[in-house]
Amino acid sequence: MATQLVFETRPKAILALSDSFIMIKRSGRHIIRNRDQLLGAFFQPIMFLVLFASVFGGAIAKALPHDVTYLNFLMAGIIVQTAAFGSTTTAIAVCNDLQKGIVDRFRSLPMSNIAVLNGHVISDLFRNSISTLVMLLAGLVIGFRPHASATDWLLIAGILFLFTLAFSWLSAIVGVLAKSVEGVQWLTFVLVFPLTFASTAFVPAEGMNRVLRAFAVNQPITHVVEAVRALILGTPIGNHGWLAISWCIGVLIVAMPLASWLFRRKTSN
Amino acid sequence: MAQGKYVVEAKDLKKSYGSNEVLKGINLRVERGTMLALLGPNGAGKTTTVRILSTLLGFDSGTVKVEGYDVTTEPDKVRGVIGLTGQSAAIDELLTGRENLVMMGRLYRLTSASAKARAQELLEEFSLLDAADRPAKTYSGGMRRRLDLAVSLIATPPVIFLDEPTTGLDPRSRLAMWSIIKELMAAGTTILLTTQYLEEADQLADRIVVIDGGKVIAEGTATELKAKVGKDRLELTFTDTQTLGRAVALLGKKIIDSDEKENTATVVIKDTNSDVKETLIHLSKEKIAIQSMAIHKPTLDDVFLSLTGKQKTVETGDEK
Repeated sequence: MATQLVFETRPKAILALSDSFIMIKRSGRHIIRNRDQLLGAFFQPIMFLVLFASVFGGAIAKALPHDVTYLNFLMAGIIVQTAAFGSTTTAIAVCNDLQKGIVDRFRSLPMSNIAVLNGHVISDLFRNSISTLVMLLAGLVIGFRPHASATDWLLIAGILFLFTLAFSWLSAIVGVLAKSVEGVQWLTFVLVFPLTFASTAFVPAEGMNRVLRAFAVNQPITHVVEAVRALILGTPIGNHGWLAISWCIGVLIVAMPLASWLFRRKTSN
Repeated sequence: MAQGKYVVEAKDLKKSYGSNEVLKGINLRVERGTMLALLGPNGAGKTTTVRILSTLLGFDSGTVKVEGYDVTTEPDKVRGVIGLTGQSAAIDELLTGRENLVMMGRLYRLTSASAKARAQELLEEFSLLDAADRPAKTYSGGMRRRLDLAVSLIATPPVIFLDEPTTGLDPRSRLAMWSIIKELMAAGTTILLTTQYLEEADQLADRIVVIDGGKVIAEGTATELKAKVGKDRLELTFTDTQTLGRAVALLGKKIIDSDEKENTATVVIKDTNSDVKETLIHLSKEKIAIQSMAIHKPTLDDVFLSLTGKQKTVETGDEK
């Protein structure tokens, strides 16, 4: 062969890390090349934002404190909902990889297998960040007026980062377990839709019936939404901040090794 | 690196899915720098065998060594010396051909510069340069297979597994693939190829292992197998029934079959060159004109008919 091949001689741990970077680059390219999905990531949140604000705004405003506009109230909910829906792309990407021969190829290489999952999860973070920024800008245009300081924004970014990461790893589990991409879409829909709606993302919990309310005020998405909302509105954050963070970290601790284990098991049979 | 005589060695390899015994004790060895073809119908266990040899699949009993490394205890070592081209093109559709090559090269632990240089070289070798910077989803079937093979060669591994590399390709793409494989062999790569086509095994492989129902049913060189299996046949077509009659009278016992409707006669030939020449000379001496002639090689159907005493197994769907 003409070319003299030179191999990396760095330590194993560094090489495993570099595998993840290669996979992040791959998934990142997927995001850019998958135009339909990219358009969705831009327009779906804007659509939700405008629809909710204009359809529910008038009716719900009465249930809110008089100094809070519905748009200001809604922003946190819609950001978290978008992040939750956005994370399901990991499930689709993982399922897609498993359906096609490419995972076999990766497995026949001397690479770290988990890098495949890392790639999809991390690139989800990128896409979600873009979605969130787009939505914030759109919100500002139609009258969103946050009261958050720079530190608050950093905290908001931190919480959303953790939340997206946790949800993407859960989503990776769905992707490994599902038998088809259609199955993934259906599964994520029936999981994410009720979870985000049975929360305080779009309406205050006061109007819900007792059973739903008991669930809504205690479930993790509500804590994440309330923490972000308090930071945006400049109101006291209460227990929501640390509960949101604990939930996310707890989910990560369980979901990461579980997804990796399931992925290994699935691909070795 | 171990430098034994046999690069791939599988001993008494068994694998079951529940009560379904897919491999019932496969033994095979591939000598350094040669090609072994694993020949068999769908569902024979070819893909399962390749998946086990390339560390993708566990097995129940037996031993498998590649370059002296045990696939169960040293899978990473094995992965470092093999290249695998599976049945479905294992490439990333959204990445370009070049990006696919560089990515896989990096995952093989090539340095960035090395991966890029080697990608360029392979794109040229596999006539993919024009399409190099287009997403792979725009490629034709033949181009995909070529890219897929190129990807498995990115780090020039000494051992290559080719799982039905030409299934589903049109004749031209198949020939192009064959010539690429022949170049690989010329470069000294050890290859294990699976195929459903006897002709492919015949054209390419040094040795052939025929498997059916998870068992090795025959082994040898193409010539050895064909001698065991069936003979070449010469089919002669004449202009009219009368000429056919004269030919049948002349050739006598050599004729195994004649058809008066089609005016054809079939002659068994042992040595293609001399037997065909002899038959033709014989006929032309008697001024018997031939309208057309064709040589039929034993087909996989013949192999199975003769080796197992049954017709080629009906397709049993995808083996996985």
